[in-house]
Amino acid sequence: MTRAKPEDDEYWNSSKFKAFTFDDEDDEFSQLKESKRAVNSILVDEDEDDVERVSWSGEPVGSISWSVKETASSIRSGSEQSFPKIDTTPSLSKQGSGYSLSSLFKAKSKPGAFQSFSESFSDTSFRTYAPELRKPKSDGKDFVSDLSPEETVRRMQKGRPFSLEKFRSLQDKLLLLDEAVAVYDGNVITAVLIFLKKSLSKEILFRELMARDVALRHYVHYLKEMGEQKLLVELLKALGRTEDMALMHYKEHLNIKDEGRRRDFLKSCLSLPFSQDDATHVQDHYTLLERQIIIEASDKKADAEIFKKFPRKASILNMPIITTLYYSCFYHYGESEGTFSSPSNIRKTFRISEKQYILTALGARAKLKSWFDVDSLFNTKNWLGYTKKKSPIGFHRVVDILHKNSAPVQVLQEYVNLIDDPDLKLSGALKYKCHDVVINTYRDLKDRQQLIVYREKLERDSPEYRKIQELLNNVQIRWKN
Amino acid sequence: MAHTEWKDAPGLPDFSLLKRLARDQLIFLLEQLPGKKDLFIDADLMSPLDRIANVTILKQHEVDKLYKVELKPIVSSSDQLCFLIRPRIQTVKWISDLVNADKVAGRFRRYKIIFTPQKFYACETVLEEQGVYGDVTTDEWNFYILPLDDDILSLELPEFFRDNFLEGDQRWVTTAGSALRLLQSVYGSFSKVYGIGRCAKMVYESWRELMEDGEQRTRQPEFAKVFLVDRDVDFVTPLCSQVVYEGLVDDLFRIKCGSVEFGPDVTSSDKSIKVMLNSQDKVFSEIRNEHFSNVFGFLSQKAKNLQTAYDKRRGMDIQQMKAFVADELKGLKQEHRLLSLHIGASESMMKKKTKQDFQELLKTEHSLLEGFEIRECITYIEEHINRQVSMIDSLRLLCLLSITENGLLSKDYRSLKAQYLQSYGIEHLLTFANLRQLGLLEEQQAGETLTVMESKVGKLVNDKTVGKLTDAFSSLAKKSNFRALSKRLALVPKSGEEYDLRVPRDMAYVFSGAYIPLSCKLIEQVLERDGWTGMEEVTRMLNGQEFAVTGGSSSSEARSKTDAQRIVLVMFLGGCTFSEISALRFLGKERGCRFIVVTTAITNSSRLLEALLDNSA
Repeated sequence: MTRAKPEDDEYWNSSKFKAFTFDDEDDEFSQLKESKRAVNSILVDEDEDDVERVSWSGEPVGSISWSVKETASSIRSGSEQSFPKIDTTPSLSKQGSGYSLSSLFKAKSKPGAFQSFSESFSDTSFRTYAPELRKPKSDGKDFVSDLSPEETVRRMQKGRPFSLEKFRSLQDKLLLLDEAVAVYDGNVITAVLIFLKKSLSKEILFRELMARDVALRHYVHYLKEMGEQKLLVELLKALGRTEDMALMHYKEHLNIKDEGRRRDFLKSCLSLPFSQDDATHVQDHYTLLERQIIIEASDKKADAEIFKKFPRKASILNMPIITTLYYSCFYHYGESEGTFSSPSNIRKTFRISEKQYILTALGARAKLKSWFDVDSLFNTKNWLGYTKKKSPIGFHRVVDILHKNSAPVQVLQEYVNLIDDPDLKLSGALKYKCHDVVINTYRDLKDRQQLIVYREKLERDSPEYRKIQELLNNVQIRWKN
Repeated sequence: MAHTEWKDAPGLPDFSLLKRLARDQLIFLLEQLPGKKDLFIDADLMSPLDRIANVTILKQHEVDKLYKVELKPIVSSSDQLCFLIRPRIQTVKWISDLVNADKVAGRFRRYKIIFTPQKFYACETVLEEQGVYGDVTTDEWNFYILPLDDDILSLELPEFFRDNFLEGDQRWVTTAGSALRLLQSVYGSFSKVYGIGRCAKMVYESWRELMEDGEQRTRQPEFAKVFLVDRDVDFVTPLCSQVVYEGLVDDLFRIKCGSVEFGPDVTSSDKSIKVMLNSQDKVFSEIRNEHFSNVFGFLSQKAKNLQTAYDKRRGMDIQQMKAFVADELKGLKQEHRLLSLHIGASESMMKKKTKQDFQELLKTEHSLLEGFEIRECITYIEEHINRQVSMIDSLRLLCLLSITENGLLSKDYRSLKAQYLQSYGIEHLLTFANLRQLGLLEEQQAGETLTVMESKVGKLVNDKTVGKLTDAFSSLAKKSNFRALSKRLALVPKSGEEYDLRVPRDMAYVFSGAYIPLSCKLIEQVLERDGWTGMEEVTRMLNGQEFAVTGGSSSSEARSKTDAQRIVLVMFLGGCTFSEISALRFLGKERGCRFIVVTTAITNSSRLLEALLDNSA
């Protein structure tokens, strides 16, 4: 970063500086400029076709002509939707302009002094001078309303004045839209769409967009950005894109903070035309939040031992299903299936696979160092009544998880022994220092050399050390090396 | 091993000029609002702004206080507020609310919005609708290109990707065209333009239009060839884990605007350090393109050399010592500082990567690229999801699986999606909808015979009709065809062969020798053939939209200037990764040319996928 000086940093957040005031010279200058703006703004107000005039980058920004044009087009704002020429005294545009001008004046002049001056400019009598005065600043083509779709789009692209007023027949409007699409300029496409949105009924607009994919996508994006959710849903419905509509509607839940309202909203989503798959997921979402609200309410004031020993760090609301399952395995292990908060209930309700369940429960119980629970997760009895350990996930993964939860060597050893793959077993034993497993493996491999190497890593006279010693002294074993 | 400069490489144009132009225009715009003013800056413009100006310059032009745009109520006592923002509707709405709140409170100020790089009609409409058009004046700061390094130019528009490819909004097409026009007007015209992708085509058209309007300048060209490529032509490359140093740093620490913040674990102190990463950093410039496995060795060698250089002091007399301190010590100290930083970074990377079972992850990626042991890959991904490890990594693997396999089998898709939603939140079904729309994560449809039929038809008719036919087909189904492309372009070297990463033999080294980035391979092939001839099948599988145009202006002149002939400008529309940049640098070295990368933003798998998430308001 180049911005390293401490004083600079201060500038990004401090606010101990006083507000400034214009000095007198400045004042005069800006008043002059404002007056000029005022004049120009009123003049252009006369121009019926200028309603949609916009200035982009065409002229050198900041030049006089530019700044004049800028104000000019801006002041006209309000009159857009009303018909031109019907300009009765309290018209929207004039109010708007009068207000903004006087506000600018007030800001930097002594109260009252120029107030009347600015008002006098908005007097209608000045309007008659408009045509002549306007000429110099326009660029030759005054009658922008007579331009073809091509020429209009071209002007829009370049940020020169244009007018969309003359595009009144549906055919003209569509020609304009198609032309905008033909020049690939997304900015102009959206501009035309905004015009069509204002001047066409939505039924007609929707119908025409159906056959115009590029324009349609711009329109959808524009509505998204404007937050016009309702219209968007209507549009998608009209287009027959019911799944998109359902998703769009469902997305709204993200904006709802209150969990009760969010739950109710999700409930209202259940009847939406989702794809079969998504319908199940949305149903799950509703059920999940409903359960979480119940669990949260009771756990917030729970005083069971486990909550005192391991205080909850966060609320369970809006957590994923697996996190909820983990939570339930942590705080509500062993509850009967009848309770909402029990792991078995959650497992069943959300159709959680055995593998996923074991992984999650293992993590939670290992975290609590309940090695007994860990054991019983894997214990299965065969028909003779013997217990055997079985797992849907590889035992090397089990060991990994146990190790991460700092299980003691005795526990690790038992599970390392259960790893099927001999290579994985050995590397696991080495990694987690399960000496017995390592020694037995080498013994079974009749690998004398490795045993000697391993012995050197051990503490002298430790039980493991002695065990290797005994093995090496055992004349019964036929070593391979 | 380090290849910073090579003998016959052409020199690069001086891009600092672009910074100066941008700065001058900004100053000019600030002067348009005389008097003291408070400046509000979009958060994501702050770093780019830092690269071209500083607070002193802003202060000189009567900027009083600086604020970050946070879309919250403001505390400012200034009578003039200036907003320097990207043209986003949300920001403009926020400004409109400020102005209206001031009005209600009877407070009068001047407001000015400077949009960069350009204004949008939709934004101005917001001002109009909120009744503040006129109270607020607007301007444009045409800050199109930020040079991030000698050979990297960025538009710094990460939203280009989502807007263009997911939303289908072409608002940035003209912006990209304008950026090219800017380059052309400053550095001269091009003799040849190649491209592939829908957006690339539009950008080219827009650029051409702009040039036709503007005055033609006959300048000696400083680069001769341009290649435009859409990000969606190659999604595989940005989804792979990066293993060249610069890419890995980006994946782990996130390089922002050419600078990275190394935390306490790297600096081995209690504070973070921000470092610029570019060719100015002598240590970095030597390791940035290297495969990570080589970096440690290089750094330790470097450390030894440094020690030797320091040791020279021993046995020096006063005069020699004086010279040493004056000439060498400063450089050595600087190098020392950089070296310890990069060693710290490498260590921290090693730690992070072993923790995450990085080797296993890489193995899965490589299997996917190769199309080998797919079942095992699916099991791995499933466990990854089940264990709730990195939400983005899980998504990345799912997408890689889908693209390389041309979509997932229905039962796999459903089961993996269900498990993903269980692990990371059900609201991600919106994310899945986005990924499907983009073709990144799909369910195979019944009747997958389309591609087969397509290729059969393709053989029967001549090329022109094939073009038309594929257009029709591609609208039916946008297939990634990765496996076929990979075979055709030999992207995945035969397994079993040893690959010496210290002596790379092709661009595959950027992915440990397992895969040549598709995007870069296309560029290589087209430059070699001087067009798309002979690549019909490839372009067909990429859904067409390729083009090659010979520039009208002074192509003979360009040919005479050999240096310029050997500089190629590659524009990535939708972002490019550091791995791709490294691959192109390698290619340039091989072919005795140099590549300049122009990108809408630097991307990587996380940024790419995060742009498509829809899981929060």
